[in-house]
Amino acid sequence: MSGELLRATNVSQVFGGLKAVSDFNFYINKGELVGLIGPNGAGKTTAFNLFTGVYTPTEGEIIFGGKSIVGLKPYQITERGIARTFQNIRLFSELSVIDNVKIAYHSRVKCGLFESVFRLGRYFAEEKKIADEGRKLLKIFKLEDKINETAKNLPYGAQRRLEIARALATKPKLLLLDEPAAGMNPQETNELMEMIRWIRDEFSLTILLIEHDMSLVMGICQRIYVLEYGAVIATGTPTEIQNNPDVIKAYLGTEE
Amino acid sequence: MGKRRNDIIMLGFSLVLFALLQGAISAKLIGSFWTLNLTLIGINIILAVSLNLINGYTGQFSLGHAGFMAVGAYVGVVLTTNFHVPFIIALLAGGAAAGVLGCLIGLPTLRLRGDYLAIATLGLGEIIRIVIMNIEYVGGAAGFKGIPHHTNFAWVFFVMLFTLFFIKNFVNSAHGRACIAIRENEIAAEAMGVNTTKYKVTAFTLGAAFAGVAGGLFAHCFYLISPNSFTFMQSFNYLIMVVLGGLGSITGSIAGAFFVTFISAALANWPEFRMIIFALMLILLMFYRPQGLFGYIELTNFKIFDKIFRRKEARQ
Ligand SMILES: Nc1ncnc2c1ncn2[C@@H]1O[C@H](COP(=O)(O)OP(=O)(O)O)[C@@H](O)[C@H]1O
Ligand SMILES: [Mg+2]
Repeated sequence: MSGELLRATNVSQVFGGLKAVSDFNFYINKGELVGLIGPNGAGKTTAFNLFTGVYTPTEGEIIFGGKSIVGLKPYQITERGIARTFQNIRLFSELSVIDNVKIAYHSRVKCGLFESVFRLGRYFAEEKKIADEGRKLLKIFKLEDKINETAKNLPYGAQRRLEIARALATKPKLLLLDEPAAGMNPQETNELMEMIRWIRDEFSLTILLIEHDMSLVMGICQRIYVLEYGAVIATGTPTEIQNNPDVIKAYLGTEE
Repeated sequence: MGKRRNDIIMLGFSLVLFALLQGAISAKLIGSFWTLNLTLIGINIILAVSLNLINGYTGQFSLGHAGFMAVGAYVGVVLTTNFHVPFIIALLAGGAAAGVLGCLIGLPTLRLRGDYLAIATLGLGEIIRIVIMNIEYVGGAAGFKGIPHHTNFAWVFFVMLFTLFFIKNFVNSAHGRACIAIRENEIAAEAMGVNTTKYKVTAFTLGAAFAGVAGGLFAHCFYLISPNSFTFMQSFNYLIMVVLGGLGSITGSIAGAFFVTFISAALANWPEFRMIIFALMLILLMFYRPQGLFGYIELTNFKIFDKIFRRKEARQ
């Protein structure tokens, strides 16, 4: 159990009459790269929203790093070390690329309001550190020459990369990626795959990703959960999932 | 360190501007009517910039600014007139009272969004005014009389300078970035670790506090103030200044405050024209420049200073 980073036990989320997530059981170990797949409306994004405190589960328990995170606000969960990207990109679109990343350092800012306004003591040093670290991150994501560009003017693929960079700037232990390859061409998807693997090792991260691109999911995930109508219908290694008759029927189609 | 150098340069410019204007006032080159209006421009700059912190930078649509101004004004005049407290203390107390009230009001209301928040704050501003109207101790509807004439151009100029310095540095710090992130995308801001409730309330409290100080300065320009000086029409006026100048630009708020106050003064004898002109300007703005005259741009953003200095450094 020592390697376990997050565990959800019998988690359900009800919206009105709809059970978007039902009796969801899930775990992820430190350093793992796990995939969450399933048809549209299966409840994948809702699961992310539950892990990050956007919703409080109707039922069930979520343990992160040995402590319950149920009922915490999203910013508190970010402080504890879960970061995410959004399926429908949510950048600070009128701000520059570097400012997008700078905001993600928020939890670790030490200068108080008074210190910041009167620019005392460590203010300049802290601002410089944030800017330097931000620039370093952007370089990893090949955005270093777009630092001062307005986020909304970036091409789609670059916006997705910026979202990942911004999430990493919060210094997470667990990174949740919601359809990171959506809207990318095959070449971009391949590069992204490499990048995800690389950042996992470089930042010793644990990553959970939602993705429709099967080559990506099967290519990089160690384990996969398949969700349908809010419930887990299968879990296992990519090979196990590919050969699971339930999955083939529900998700991949019945042709095989 | 470039930022600090820019600050010093801007301070130098401001002091020169002050010396010129104060000189012109002392030499009676500027008459009493325009001196008063110059003073009002300064006060309105404080109000517009502080409202911009709430509406423009944090993206929370507040329409209750005149209410906070009234609190600062009444607390101030009671302290100076009835208790002979030094002016500076009265101003600070008025600002603190408005700030505390802003915090108390902000906590429940800032859960509301968009139009709902606008309506709630508009209502709260009116409630403050009507409460004051019913307090006999401050003269009720007839107003508060016998206020000492403490406010002059110098007071307003330096308080305004401090306000600009404070808000400019705030919005450029990590705390200001948190506010701007809320405006840009509240869900993402929260996901990046920003306690959105805390920062909305912070922006609201600071904005209210500066409005309170401005209220104190405003009240001590006159012999009498009455609750009717602080109707929601006043709040609209400050909103017009902010929107004309550009939500999220301090330079814009300064320009907006200057412009609206100047036009109002110039058209003092034809008040109905004033509203027509403002309405027309807002309509034209919506068509041709919806982000306001300055949008998100600041005058100090222009790289002129940097260029001048870099060239010098390169030569050395
Ligand atoms: N806030 C909400 N209110 C009501 N229904 C919701 C809400 N969020 C998601 N749902 C519903 O829950 C189901 C699961 O949605 P979602 O988690 O977004 O699916 P996925 O990400 O797997 O495509 C869908 O039927 C969706 O309409
Ligand atoms: Mg989804």
